Amino acid sequence: MSLYYVQKLIYELNRNPDTTKRFEKDREALLADYDLTDEELTAIRKPDIGLLYVLGVNGQILMHYAALWKIPWDDYLKSMENGIKEHGPVRNGLYAQTEGK
Amino acid sequence: MTLVFAGACSHAPGITGRADRGDPQQRKNLLENYNKMRLAIKSSGAEALIVIAAEHFANFFMNNMPAYCIGMAEYYEGPIEDEEWLGIKRVKVPGNSKLSEEIIQIVMNDTDVSYAQEWKFDHGISVPLNFLTPDYDIDVIPVNINCQGPPLTPLNRAYEFGKSIRKACDSTTTKIAIVGTGGISHWPCTPDSGKINEDFDKTFLKSFISNDKKALLSYSDKETYEKAGQGGFEIRTWIAVAGACEGSTGELWCYEPIPNYAVGCTLASMEIS
Repeated sequence: MSLYYVQKLIYELNRNPDTTKRFEKDREALLADYDLTDEELTAIRKPDIGLLYVLGVNGQILMHYAALWKIPWDDYLKSMENGIKEHGPVRNGLYAQTEGK
Repeated sequence: MTLVFAGACSHAPGITGRADRGDPQQRKNLLENYNKMRLAIKSSGAEALIVIAAEHFANFFMNNMPAYCIGMAEYYEGPIEDEEWLGIKRVKVPGNSKLSEEIIQIVMNDTDVSYAQEWKFDHGISVPLNFLTPDYDIDVIPVNINCQGPPLTPLNRAYEFGKSIRKACDSTTTKIAIVGTGGISHWPCTPDSGKINEDFDKTFLKSFISNDKKALLSYSDKETYEKAGQGGFEIRTWIAVAGACEGSTGELWCYEPIPNYAVGCTLASMEIS
C-alpha cells in the first residue's frame, strides 16, 4: 500500500502542467517514477475512481483526478459509492476511521 | 489600529461550479450577502485583504505540510482547478510582498508560521475572491491553516494564530480586512457530499457570533469529524477570525444549507474593537 504516492501523483497532476503533459504522452514512464502497487496502477490507469477512494485517496485530491478525466460530478459521487459496494470499506487514510465511508 | 473589517464566509466549489443547481431563493440570499460583504470591505477603506483559508492540497502536500503558512508573493494565480469545472476564470491576483513580510515577522513572535512566495489559489480562496473582490483590485495576502487531515493544529493554537495576525495588522499603517473561509459541517468530495449537519452549524455559529472562546475551543477533532465531516476541520479558519477579534461579538448575515453546494452557505462579520 503506497497511498502517499498515489496521492502525490494526483497532487502533481493537478498543479504541474508538465506532469499532466507526461501523463497524456508518456504515461507509463511517469507512473514508473512513483512507488505504486499493481492494484494502485490498475486503478489509476482505468481510471477506477471507486477503487482509488477505497484505497484511501482523500476526496479533495481524488476529485481533481476525476475532473482530469472529465468525469461529471454526479458520476464521480456515484463511482465512490459503487467502489465501496465492489471493493469493500475504505482501507486507509482519513475515511477509514468512520465505518470506511 | 488598522484592522478595518473582519468576517467569514463559505468557499464551496459548488457555489460557482454548480451554480444553477442551488435553490434559486437560497442562492439569491447567498449572493446578496456576498455582495454585502464586498461593499463592507470596500467601504471599510481596506487596502489589503487577508484571506484565512484552508486549501485542499493545491500547494501543500504531505511531504512538508505546514500547520500555518502566509503568502509573501508579489502576485498569485488562481484558480488552479479547471476554469469550466469551477466556473471561475483563471487570473493573476495582486499580492503585497512587503506587507506580507511585515506581518509574517510579527506573527513569528508567537507562531512558527511558514511563508510562500509562490501560491496557486484553489477554490478555497478563488470562490470568496470571485464574489468579494471580483475586479481583483485589492492586494491579497493568503493565509493557510492545514485543515485537511491529521495531525491538525489544535483549536487553541488557531485562535492564538488569529490573535497574532491581529497584532500584526494593528502594527502596520495599512488598512487591512480579514476574511476567514471554510466549513462548517460538510463531507466534500465523498459519497456523503451534500449532507449538512444544521444543528452542528447553528451551535458553532452561535458560539462564533458571541465569540465564546471556551465554546469555540471545546470541539475535539474526533467529535468534529463524526458530526461535521472532514470539512468540519475547517472551523479553524473561523476560530482564527474569532481570535483576531477577541473581546468582540459578531453578526450572522446568511445561513443557507444548500445540499447541491455541499455545505451550509454562511456569511458573518465580527465587530472590530
